[in-house]
Amino acid sequence: MSNEFLNIKNLHIHYVTEEGTVKAVNGVNMEINKGETLGLVGETGAGKTTTALGILRLVPNPPGKIIDGEIFLEGQSILELPEDEMRMIRGNKVSMIFQDPMTALNPVMTVGEQISEVIEIHEKLSNKEAFEKAKKMLELVGIPGARAVDYPHQFSGGMKQRVVIAIALACNPGLLIADEPTTALDVTIQAQVLELMNNLKNEFNTAMLLITHDLGVVAEVCDKVAIMYAGEIVEYSKIEDLFENPSHPYTRGLFGSIPNLDEEVDRLKPIKGLMPDPTNLPSGCKFHPRCPHATEYCKENHPEDTEIAPEHKVKCHIYTGQVKPKGEI
Amino acid sequence: MEPILQVKDLKKYFNTPKGLLHAVDGVTFNIDKGETLGVVGESGCGKSTLGRVILHLLESTDGQIIYEGEDITKINKDKFRELRNEMQIIFQDPFSSLNPRMTVSEIIREPIIIHKTIKDKKEIEKKVSSLMDTVGLAERLANTYPHELDGGRRQRIGIARALALNPSFIVCDEPVSALDVSIQAQVLNLMQDLQKELNLTYMFITHDLSVVKHISNDILVMYLGQLVEKSDAKDLFKNPLHPYTKALLSAIPVPSLKHKRERVLLKGELTSPINPKPGCRFAQRCVYAKENCHHDNPVIEEVLPGHFVSCHYVREINNLK
Repeated sequence: MSNEFLNIKNLHIHYVTEEGTVKAVNGVNMEINKGETLGLVGETGAGKTTTALGILRLVPNPPGKIIDGEIFLEGQSILELPEDEMRMIRGNKVSMIFQDPMTALNPVMTVGEQISEVIEIHEKLSNKEAFEKAKKMLELVGIPGARAVDYPHQFSGGMKQRVVIAIALACNPGLLIADEPTTALDVTIQAQVLELMNNLKNEFNTAMLLITHDLGVVAEVCDKVAIMYAGEIVEYSKIEDLFENPSHPYTRGLFGSIPNLDEEVDRLKPIKGLMPDPTNLPSGCKFHPRCPHATEYCKENHPEDTEIAPEHKVKCHIYTGQVKPKGEI
Repeated sequence: MEPILQVKDLKKYFNTPKGLLHAVDGVTFNIDKGETLGVVGESGCGKSTLGRVILHLLESTDGQIIYEGEDITKINKDKFRELRNEMQIIFQDPFSSLNPRMTVSEIIREPIIIHKTIKDKKEIEKKVSSLMDTVGLAERLANTYPHELDGGRRQRIGIARALALNPSFIVCDEPVSALDVSIQAQVLNLMQDLQKELNLTYMFITHDLSVVKHISNDILVMYLGQLVEKSDAKDLFKNPLHPYTKALLSAIPVPSLKHKRERVLLKGELTSPINPKPGCRFAQRCVYAKENCHHDNPVIEEVLPGHFVSCHYVREINNLK
């Protein structure tokens, strides 16, 4: 039996609005095996969160719509499932940690109730048993079980995020989607939460999709990385390949934009220009208006994946031999 | 070099229903002209309050602020206005710090009109367009509204507005935290260019340690309203001495696989700065804490040349004489 948990093929998600169609996700492919973590990296508006919501079929409709593509969970296609079956998958087989722990929790329910709510829906347990399990989940994430009767406002940001993680893990999901789980937290708390997620993932052999804009976080927890730009995955590789040999000009640009702690640089090398307007994406390669190597060819032709090393795919004409890079990539 | 700003034992307490909140508690430092002082710490450590107290956006409770040799701790309204020509601030959130009903040029023009630094209308327009040019905003954006622009451009408006009165000292309160990395790098480069060109002095408040290292000459590390360590930026990252700084630096996720560092994982979280008990405020989370740390206040001292630390056991921990 294959080890594959999630497989996305050629996913397209659009938001249809009066001002135009927002092409949020354009032909995304990805696979995640059991126990493996894939980092999905990109800037605001790259389509990371929409991809994640697509996996849960939670893209707000209208205006959002999955136009094309297939999503398989353990070999089962989920896009055709009726809504009530899908509901049994959410929170059970696949669960999600949202970015902002302050707004992800219900302020008028105790954290214990919020955790046991998930358990009661998916497992045949009584109220009491579910609450006991909720307490155990709290302890698992490092909060004393006795605090299950407290309300979210009585917890700090880091502890709220732990509660959110406890809810997400309550039914032992096969896939955990974490959308910027530590962005709202301070670095020392971020380190604690990342460590916790890493430990739990190893303990339960959970597959994880980690959405982030922080390449530092990726280096800490991921096995594979997908770099997303304007709704497409422009580079996809094992983590070692990405950090040793970042190949897409956009990926290079991202690395050049981060102040490095170990090296001295006088000036950062930012990517010129801005993210494209998603209602009016550029033709050809979507990165060409910002790319230092772009030629006429890039304007007209959309690049496909080129495998430059085993499991290292890049969408760029430089690697198909159609475009000569200007100087170093 | 002459320090442009001297801060001595500055305190800011807030009255809250639960007691006295010690937001800034006895902070002392200098900034030299044309330099950048980075202020780092986690949320709630008082770094933003410190910046605001210096600018008189909040009144200090105790201590002294000396700007260009002049004591400005207590000032009247006229002096306050005068100071605005000298000291300015760039805010964190370019989404809420700009008036949504004013156009870009109106926002940049406003300080000039209020302070009447330029009277002639044509001259004002000239100044506004030269400011827009300085910060890299295209002329055609002059009549657009902030909501039409992206975060990076909005932050450029905030910078242009801060520069409108030709200040020499600018408090930058998390100016790039709300921006994407590629845009963040553009804005950081702009700020560095402006500093060189206009000989500006920055107090750069941020929680992002890689940014602060990149831009600062000196760095202050704050913890619960107090200064725990102060040193040259390179030195601080190479050789952090305070246990909190060590933990803070080791917690930064590094975008590289080669430099895996030893991580000091902190237990617990920030304690409350309301009615703090005597003793080192970091003691509860500190792995080196001994009995006396919980009731004796540590004093900040120069442990190595130019490197100040506030810790009872800094020498033992770091094997210094």
